Amino acid sequence: MIDHATVVIVGGGINGCALAYELSKRDIDVAVIERSILAGGATGRCGAGMRQQWSTRENIGLAMKSVSIFEELPEELQADVGLRQGGYLVVVHDEEGMAQAERNVELQRSLGLDVELLAPGEICDVVPILDVEGMEAIGATFCPSDGHADPFKTTYAYAEAAKRQGANLYRFTEVQDVLTDHGEVTGVRTDRGDIAAEYVVNAAGAWSKQIAAMADVKLPNVPTKKEILVTERMARVFEAMVISFKDGIYFSQQEEGQVLGGIPPPEKVTGYDDTATLGFLEHMSRTLIRYAPVLRHVRVLRQWTGYYDVTPDARPILGDVDGPHGFLQCNGFSGHGFMLAPIVARVLAQRIAGETPDADISGLRYDRFTEEDFEREQSVVG
Amino acid sequence: MTIIICRCEDVTREDIIREIENGCRTLDELKHRLRLGMGPCQGRTCLMLAARILAQKTGQSVDELQWQTTRPLIVPVSLGTLGGERDD
Repeated sequence: MIDHATVVIVGGGINGCALAYELSKRDIDVAVIERSILAGGATGRCGAGMRQQWSTRENIGLAMKSVSIFEELPEELQADVGLRQGGYLVVVHDEEGMAQAERNVELQRSLGLDVELLAPGEICDVVPILDVEGMEAIGATFCPSDGHADPFKTTYAYAEAAKRQGANLYRFTEVQDVLTDHGEVTGVRTDRGDIAAEYVVNAAGAWSKQIAAMADVKLPNVPTKKEILVTERMARVFEAMVISFKDGIYFSQQEEGQVLGGIPPPEKVTGYDDTATLGFLEHMSRTLIRYAPVLRHVRVLRQWTGYYDVTPDARPILGDVDGPHGFLQCNGFSGHGFMLAPIVARVLAQRIAGETPDADISGLRYDRFTEEDFEREQSVVG
Repeated sequence: MTIIICRCEDVTREDIIREIENGCRTLDELKHRLRLGMGPCQGRTCLMLAARILAQKTGQSVDELQWQTTRPLIVPVSLGTLGGERDD
């Protein structure tokens, strides 16, 4: 193992690997330390979606830029990332939801996003298998350029491209301490030795809070258990990801033909409980066939769990902290880490390289939680 | 000769060996790279075969390998049945 790098990234998920790519592209010496395997945490367990329909200006802007990068990734990384832009259909159930949807669409359109409000009669033009009455839908919003990508293919595509540019990726290596000296980060201690570094980036997903604590930085992030299931493959019957903020459900038909989806478990569970439950399986199945009755005949193959790394406003924590200089955060994605990774990695690399950033992330600094008012993202599922 | 290891996802012995040569050291990595064991049989047919290849190629015994997490369901069940509908 090397004993020095300009930047050490803790965590080999999508964000760690994408950042390693963006840094090595700028000839910055970078090492990724992953205690398990690449995409072994939330990345490899996620719903794979890529959505631009958000309620806050910042998230919409970031997501739009992220989708633009996703569109260029196959060429840029010289690899298939399983990109599929079948749109996101957001089901609206009541007047309150419609008011929020109208506000969202107005804001999204003002930022240049192609998104529309659908009447109940138009919903099945987009996703023919949906039951408008069963969903209790009074409308929907639809953005055709939303979609999904393959989290494994995308993570490995970034990792392989980073390695070709000289990045070092170490799996099965655990960070045991973040080393500091007089208010400066000096490196990390791992179970395979120390690595000196000028920057340490905390991209450890649901374990970011522990990594931050090693540098005496207290993050408000709460690991929150999420459950998900996948069915057998079938011929393509729908293109869009279907979601509902009210029911919390999301589901899509993935590249190979399987239906993948989740819904919040009946009771919120925080901490590191990764037990898959029958309660989720029943609740998800019941809701899914209420939304799309024809799916009742499709068989579930597998269910699993993962964690959202949830912040008080459901938005990520990015960049510098009021702690050791050079200790940067890239966590707290609250369920949206995969879809935001391309733009987040680029902007953090630009921060480290001293370039003008492609997006303003100053509102996502960790110290925002000390202020009294912070804007909460409303459009969260799963 | 092409030898199919994972029948559900059409993964061959050559695919597995290629990924091991590319750095895969665990069954989970083979799963993530190749969809090995992600089909209807959930690895019941292929996993032992893949484990043997991985062990041989990486100089480990099968017992030393990091095994995949076994996840429910034991057998595929329809959404209708799980959602509480009667089979008719």
